[in-house]
Amino acid sequence: MITRRLFIATTMVAALAATPSLAQDVVKIGLVLPMTGPFASTGRQVEAGVRAYMALHGDTAGGKKIEVVLRDDAGTADQTRRIAQELVVNEGVSMLMGFGLTPLAMSVAPVLNQAKIPAIITSATTSAIMKQSEYFVRTSMAGPQSAVPVATWAVENGLKRVVTLVTDYGPGHDIEKGFTDQFKKEGGEIVEAVRVPLQNPDFAPFLQRVRDAKPDAIFVFVPSGVGSVFMKQFADRGLADAGIKLIATGDVTDDDLLNAIGDPALGVITGHFYSANHDSPENKAYVEQVKKAANNMRPNFMSVGGYDAMHLAYAALEKTGGDTDGTKLVEAMKGMEWTSPRGSISIDPATRDIVQDIYIREVKKVGDELYNVEFTTYEKIKDPFAAQ
Amino acid sequence: MSDKPLSASETAIGLLKRAGRWQIWEIALWLIAIAMIFVLPSKMLILTEITILGLFAVSLDLILGYAGIVSLGHTAFFGLGAYVAGIFARDYFSEPVTGLLVAGVVSGLFGFATSFLVLRGSDLTRLMTTFGVAMLLAELANQAAWLTGGADGLSGVTITPILGLFEFDLWGRNGYIYALVVLMVLTFIARRIVNSPYGLSLKAIKRNPVRAAMLGISPTRRIVAVYTIAAAYAGIAGALLAQTTSFVSPDVLAFHRSADVLLVLVIGGTGYLYGGIFGAIIFTVLRDWLSVITPQYWMFWIGLILIIIVMVGPERITRWQAFLPGSARAERLKARKAAEDVR
Repeated sequence: MITRRLFIATTMVAALAATPSLAQDVVKIGLVLPMTGPFASTGRQVEAGVRAYMALHGDTAGGKKIEVVLRDDAGTADQTRRIAQELVVNEGVSMLMGFGLTPLAMSVAPVLNQAKIPAIITSATTSAIMKQSEYFVRTSMAGPQSAVPVATWAVENGLKRVVTLVTDYGPGHDIEKGFTDQFKKEGGEIVEAVRVPLQNPDFAPFLQRVRDAKPDAIFVFVPSGVGSVFMKQFADRGLADAGIKLIATGDVTDDDLLNAIGDPALGVITGHFYSANHDSPENKAYVEQVKKAANNMRPNFMSVGGYDAMHLAYAALEKTGGDTDGTKLVEAMKGMEWTSPRGSISIDPATRDIVQDIYIREVKKVGDELYNVEFTTYEKIKDPFAAQ
Repeated sequence: MSDKPLSASETAIGLLKRAGRWQIWEIALWLIAIAMIFVLPSKMLILTEITILGLFAVSLDLILGYAGIVSLGHTAFFGLGAYVAGIFARDYFSEPVTGLLVAGVVSGLFGFATSFLVLRGSDLTRLMTTFGVAMLLAELANQAAWLTGGADGLSGVTITPILGLFEFDLWGRNGYIYALVVLMVLTFIARRIVNSPYGLSLKAIKRNPVRAAMLGISPTRRIVAVYTIAAAYAGIAGALLAQTTSFVSPDVLAFHRSADVLLVLVIGGTGYLYGGIFGAIIFTVLRDWLSVITPQYWMFWIGLILIIIVMVGPERITRWQAFLPGSARAERLKARKAAEDVR
């Protein structure tokens, strides 16, 4: 009679109940990333960074074997939250890692507070996240960290009248404010502040307005990926020929996409924390490893966030001697300093946020390829909003 | 039973009563859902997600399956409910049941206000107006950062125990029970509605609005009413999501949610209320299972499976309950077969 019903029920039970058991000396790290959807490139880069770290440094830390459990949240906040919660209660992970966008990180804060498990943010950048939980630690970028030095550099180099153009969402507003505050403090003048929508941005009308305003430079922040569209339109409209300089945060000249953008990107000045061209032995080994493992993909600033998150997890486990108590791990992470492929970085013990050098770079041809070539460094930049 | 042949009206009443009768599989479904609390304690979170998506799909079925209104923006009500519940809990009162009612009322009112837009025009116009309403709300939520947290999402929502007694635990057990009770109550109410004379008049409108009007069934007021009810249902589903995750992201108003819920109904079948629930089970389990196996490429497989479902024919898969013993369809088939055998 009800056999069909029963059949459906049993197959469902079988599909759902396949939960692996937990060994004593294994430490699991839950990696939650957008692997599909519009932010899939973030997920792929961070994963590459995490895998590169494990390939270079082995899979044991503090006497424990490290196991990474990767899950896709497709960039949807309630999925992130459910997956994080399931990783904690079902998989027994000791740490969480990843989180591609601000709302995705925000959504797991209640889980962290309840479960007392640290989460290392590899990508999301807004300042507001860190206040949501004592268990957040960040290895990507703190708020408008990269925009502030660009403002200082611009004034120092005679660019006094600037138009800002940012994408109209949280991080865009943060960066606009960070840049504008610093720029005005240094004595610059903001001619116009333009915000463009996040969905299908067409920059043509905005660029026309910028051209008419005749500033010394235009400061841009758009999410990586949109940057190439912008740069092409910037070149097509002849703004560079009109003597308007393009300055930006490094998201616009994303290492991963730079060669695809091609020559319109040449000469663009950006400020950022990582360039694949950074000259250090750590970076050389890192870039080689990622290229070897991930089909010749060039690592960008997202992937280095994943790499450093793994380093932080390993180092914290070493410090606690393999103790996986969440509160102890967070304590161990505070004040940690190390040399990353991007340069020397540390975790601010007060805010659990990253303190790092910001480099001013110019897009140049190196051999056949385009790179962000670093030429000036602003050292130990903190989140400009954290003090407020 | 007398041997006297039944009059036409008596036959009709008999048929209608049978349509509203409880089926074995319905009871089994609810019993299994309750049993899950004890059978699969480690899967409470995904079961909660299924429950919420199921309620959302039931809400869409009310307007699509019964009134024939195609909507590409049903998430407007879902998202509105989520935001109302989130903001209500953050700023006013954090007991969830109260928040649920408030969210339902607000979404219902919004549904009432926008129902006049779907009265006009053909299916295509309705697609565009519903889509537009959802887009408008999504942009409002994004811009009104002082109220909704903008693109960062609405955080700082703390939900106190349900009715002051049951706390939302990390395993999500109470969250699931809470969502399941809400789904059961609302499905029972929806069942009453669609099997009432009012529900029948809706079906008449769906078949042929002009003929229904000729028979004295005014489409306008009935569509407004069912649209309002469906909006309240969707709002409550959204509120459940906001309360069980204590977070609201602008994503609740995103287009993909409207598309997902439509997909869920296509999988489960429209016009018998449970299609949404079955669709939600199949869709969510499939997605979770595939995305664990292959985090990068699960979308390919889910796409393939959906194509197969459509190619095999939604009739054969989604109306499977019609072939179960005891259903009207099976009885009819049996009768026909018997008649053929006699011949």
